[in-house]
Formats: sequence, C-alpha cells, structure tokens
Amino acid sequence: MLGPSLAVSAILFSLGVVGVLLRRNAIVIFMCIELMLNAVNLTFVALSQQLGLDGQVFVFFVMTVAAAEAAVGLAIVIAVYRHRDTVNLQHINLLRG
Amino acid sequence: MSGLAGTAADWIWLAILLPFAGFVVNGAVAFLRPQARRLVSVVGVGSVAAAFALGVAVFAAVLGAHPTVPYVRTLWTWLPVGDLHVDAALQVDQLSVVMLLVVTGVSSLIHVFSIGYMRDDPGYARYFAYLNLFVAFMLVLVLGASFPVMFIGWEGVGLCSYLLIGFWFEEKEKADAGLKAFLVNRIGDVGFLIAMFLIFSHLGTLDFGTAFARAPQAFVAGSGTVTAIALFLFMGCVGKSAQIPLYIWLPDAMAGPTPVSALIHAATMVTAGVYLVARANIFFAMAPVAGAVVAGVGALTALFAATIGLKQWDIKKVLAYSTVSQLGYMFVGVGVGAYAAGIFHLVTHAFFKALLFLGAGSVIHVMHGAYHHTGRHADAQDMRNMGGLAAYMPWTARAMWVATLAIAGIPPLAGFFSKDEILGAAFARGAAQPYYYVVWAFGLAAAFLTAIYMTRLMLYTFHGPNRTGDQERTHLGEAPMVMTWPVVTLAALTIVAGALNLPHVASLEHWLDPVTAPATALLPALTLAGGAEAVLMTLAALIGIGGIWLTLRTLRPEALVTPERAPQETGLQKLLLEKYRVDELYRAAVVRPLVWFARVVLWKGVDAGLIDAAGVNGSAAVARGLGWLGSRLQTGQVGTYVVFFVIGVLAVLAALVHPSLGAVIRMVIP
Repeated sequence: MLGPSLAVSAILFSLGVVGVLLRRNAIVIFMCIELMLNAVNLTFVALSQQLGLDGQVFVFFVMTVAAAEAAVGLAIVIAVYRHRDTVNLQHINLLRG
Repeated sequence: MSGLAGTAADWIWLAILLPFAGFVVNGAVAFLRPQARRLVSVVGVGSVAAAFALGVAVFAAVLGAHPTVPYVRTLWTWLPVGDLHVDAALQVDQLSVVMLLVVTGVSSLIHVFSIGYMRDDPGYARYFAYLNLFVAFMLVLVLGASFPVMFIGWEGVGLCSYLLIGFWFEEKEKADAGLKAFLVNRIGDVGFLIAMFLIFSHLGTLDFGTAFARAPQAFVAGSGTVTAIALFLFMGCVGKSAQIPLYIWLPDAMAGPTPVSALIHAATMVTAGVYLVARANIFFAMAPVAGAVVAGVGALTALFAATIGLKQWDIKKVLAYSTVSQLGYMFVGVGVGAYAAGIFHLVTHAFFKALLFLGAGSVIHVMHGAYHHTGRHADAQDMRNMGGLAAYMPWTARAMWVATLAIAGIPPLAGFFSKDEILGAAFARGAAQPYYYVVWAFGLAAAFLTAIYMTRLMLYTFHGPNRTGDQERTHLGEAPMVMTWPVVTLAALTIVAGALNLPHVASLEHWLDPVTAPATALLPALTLAGGAEAVLMTLAALIGIGGIWLTLRTLRPEALVTPERAPQETGLQKLLLEKYRVDELYRAAVVRPLVWFARVVLWKGVDAGLIDAAGVNGSAAVARGLGWLGSRLQTGQVGTYVVFFVIGVLAVLAALVHPSLGAVIRMVIP
C-alpha cells in the first residue's frame, strides 16, 4: 500500500502547486496550499506504517498549524477585500519594484 | 662612541623640546587667554634662552672633548621599513654645535626685541607660539643625524616661515606672499627628496655618518650619480636659501613682522641651504661640476641681487636683496670648497643682518608710531619718508652703522674677514681653473655694490633733512629699551665675531676640520701665497671703502623728495626698481601656462571630462542600470515569486536526487 499512497500524495501535492501557480483568486490559492499540506500529511501517515508513530504525531502538529494559519490567512483575505474590493492577486501588487 | 657621552650633549634633545614646549604653552594661551602678554613673553623668551644656555653647555663639552667623530644621540627607532632604517637621532659635532649656538643665540635676542615690536598686536600669543615652533624646527634641522630627520626640520621651518610671513593674513597681499614662499620652496624640496632617494638607492642608508663614510667607495669621483645627488641637493638649497632662479620669494617674505624677517629670512632659516652643502660636503667635493654650479649660482646671485638692492626704496626690500646677495657669497664659499669660510660668513652674517633688520624694525616701529599718532596714511617703510633719524634714535643709528661697515667689508669688523676668506678661496681655485676667477670677479663687484647700497640706505634713513612730516616729527624718538639692547648686543657681536677665524686667536677652520676633512682631502689646497693674500685683503678693503666713499660723495639726501612728489624713474633705474621684472617674466612663462594647463587640461579635461563623467557619473549609471534590471524581478505579483520559489525547490530536489545535476545547478547559481 505504500507505493499507491505516496503516488496519491504526490499527485495531490502537484495539483496544489499547479493551483498556486495558475489561479488568481486568493481564496483558491489558499485552498491549494491546504491541499499541499494535506498531501504532506498523507505522506507522513503512509510512511509511519514502516517508520513508527512519529509521523502520525507530526500530522497533528501540521493540522494545528494549518488551522491557525487558516484563521490568520482568511482574516487577511477579508481585510484585503474590505480595503480593495477584490481578492484577485493580480491587482494586489503594492511591492512592485 | 666619542668622548661626549655623559656630558651635556646627552641632553641635546632638550634644546628642541624646550622651544617646542614654549610653542605648546603659547599656542594654548593664544586660544584661551590671548591677553596674557606677560606669561607669553616669559615662556617665549625663557624657553629659547634656556635652549641657548644648553647650547653653551654642549659647546663647552665639545670644546673639552673635541671629538673626531660626531656624537649621535639616538632617541628612538623612527622608520624601520624593509632595508630602510631611520632613527630619530640627533648629532652633535663641531658644525651642528656652531649652528646650535647661532640659532638659539640670535633667536633669544630677536625674541626679546619682539616683546617691544609686537607689544600692541592682538596676535601677540600666536606670534610667539609660531616663533618658538620655528626655533624648535630649526634645531631639528641643524641637529638631525640623518637626511629624513633634517628634512622634518627643513619642512617645519618652511611651514613656520609661511605662517609668519602671512601673520597679518587679513591683508591679501601678505597672505599671498606667504603662499608664494611656501610654493617656491616646494620646488626646491622636490630636489631634496630626489637626492634622498638617490642616496638611499646607491648607499643603502640615509644616516649622515654611514652615508658619508660609504660615499668615497661607492662612487667614482665626478661620476654622473654623485653629480646628480649633489645637484638635486643643491636644488633644495636654491629654494630654501633664495638663490637664482628661486630667490623671488624672499623679497616678498618681508610682508611678515620685521623680527621675523630678521630671524627667519636673514639669520637662520635661509642659511639652511649653506648648512646642507657644508654638511653633505663629500658629495660636492666628489662632484667638481656640482661645486662649480654652486659657486657659479652663488656668484651670479650675489651680483644680481646687489644690483636690485641699489634702487629699492623700501628699507626692508633693500635688506632682503642684500640677504639674497650675501647668501650668494656663502654659496661661493661652500661651492669652492672653503666650507669653513662659508659657515664663518653664515655666522657673521647672522649677527650683522639680524642687527640691520632689527634696526630697520626699530625705525619702522617709530615711524609707524608717529604716523599712527597723527592719523596720516604714509608708508612707514619707504626711505623717502625718513631722513635725519640719527638725531632721534642715536643708538639704533650707531649700531646700524657698525653693521653697515661690517657688511661692506671694512676691517676689522666681522664681515671683512669672512668675505675676504671666501673671495680668497675662490681666487685660489682660479689658479687651476680660470672659471673661478670669474666667480671671484663677480664676488668683488658684488662687494662694491654692497657698500654702495648699504651706505645709500644709511644716508637716506638716518642723515640729511627729515621728511617724515612736520606734525609727525615731534613723535619721533628712540625705540624702547627692550628693542635697543638686542640691537646693541648684536653690534658688539658684529665687532668681535671677526676674531672667530683669525689666525692665532681662534680658528673656526680648524674647529670644523673633523667635519670637512673628508671633502677637503679631495679638493686642491686653497692656500694663497702670503703676498697674494695681503694684496687681495687690501683690495677687498679698498673696494668696500671705495664704495662707501663714492656713495657719500655722489648721493644727496637733501635733494630727496617724498614718494608722492617723486618723479617717474626711467631707463635702467626703472628696470632696477622693478627688479628686472623677473616676477612678471615668471608669471608669463611659468605661472600662466601652468594655470592654463591646470584649468583647461586637468580641470576641464581630466577632472570634469574623465573622472567626473566616466568615473563618478559612469559608475553611478552602471549601478542604476543594474538596479533597474534587478527591479524588473520585483513585480509585486505573488505568482511571480512563487514561480521562482518552485524553480528553486525543484533545483534543490534535483541536486539531492543526482549529484551531477547538482554540479550543473551550482554553475548556474553560484
């Protein structure tokens, strides 16, 4: 089962990366990041079958951090939307050189 | 080590430290309490007088030991750089102790004189600080045991000269005169530096003792190298001692206070060149061409400056050209190899020229005071405004007559013996090389002119009717005691100094033997047959007496009028009054092209065109372009950043997966 599990997580991770690269909507990008985190979680769980329970413990930490990150990140997205009436990242480029 | 260890010579450094401490104290006073005149006078005069006392003690020690090798007092290691090793060391020998006595002795008297002369000047403390600093540097110059140490003093006195010429820097022409002196001296200093480089590269040392000892083995007499060394050293002397073609700064140096003219620009600093030639005698003795150049330039300068002195109206200008002329004499002396005679004339000249300048200072002080009382603006230095002053200031007049007779070469005063010895030595060299007969003839002609211009100065200043002005006349009188007694002391010295080198009394020549022996061994003997010597002596005396007599017979001070009513000069007189227009010639031939070159080529071309446009603005443009390129990466789009981020992650991954890919990536991203 290890091979298919790792393959699924690799596919999920790549989907997340592609989503981050191609999508414009901040919320969708945010979701893609979550997807990448969960792909990593799947890897941890799959590998813990052979390497012990450390990986499963780590998954809880990742989920905790992801939850905190979701709270902060979504709050920022809301603040940006109130300010600029858009969450399209193409229009948010204050740091242009 | 000679017999001087453990004597006063061990304390020789104190002679420099004392005036330097005086400079520090007076300099501090100048900033903090400029009105503390009494403290400044005590410190200023006291430090130099203490140095003189030490000089006397060292002289006594040298007199007792009479060492054949110089006593070198090493203080610390100064420049240990590779093969070059220079100690901060001082040297006591017969020559440096003579200079030590003259410098500190004359300085002490002039410091005392300055108390009176500068009494009402707001820069009193600053003046004494500079003067003390000068004495300290002058002592470094004459006591240094190596060329670099001497050079420190050499540059230091140049600095003090600049500061004191431009002492009243509020007046532009005086500040300019200081600048001129400084710049002209730099030209000569280049020569001194090149000479030092040559000496080090060929002899491997810059210490006097070692360098002079190695020179006879290292060089072939008359070879190009030793001639070049001697000539470059002489170039430094030409600048410092105001010889043709660099003499032009000295007459302008009269812009400074008169005691400064007496001390720096007559008695001590300007004689440094003569001292250098006498010190480095071996180089000049090994290079006959250089010796001939020294004597020739000296003779030419002696005659040339004397002719200009004939027509000057400014009392200090006459004395300035007289100084240039007398320095020429000294160079004739050291050039022909009569080092003792040159130094002898240096000593006697220091006495009588300091006396003449101090006397002139008293006259100017009194004249200035008289004009100040009535509020009239007239030139206090123009002899046409003087006349008949002997009646008002008898002591100054008498003392200055003594100096005039001495400089004119009237026996038995100091100047007669020293001048006669120089001319005699030149004449003796003439027997083998007729060139030196020309030098001798120039010297004799200059002696004649010296008698004329000095008598003219005395006649116009002190005799005939007074032309100062009817109201001003009542304010004329003798200068204060503090100014007259240094003058009278110098007059006494002028009378007796001739005995310094009289056979059977005292012999400066034998005294200096340990210093000059290596050189005199190489040169032909300078002795004359007894008959010839007597004839020459009589001739020299007659020339002086004849000049004075002629002047007294022909000049009519009664006919002289004040400068406002003076008729326009014409012909040769105008040319002499305008100093042969040498300054104008230099301006056209040297200064203007140099300024043009600096402005058009160096400033507009090199600086503005190359350095500013290509260097400064060019590098700024390159930086701006690179920054523009870099800023293109900063799009502000999160997507762009993520792309780069992913590329980076992939690269790291690839490197982990396969080492050879890692090498490729390292080539792309250093």
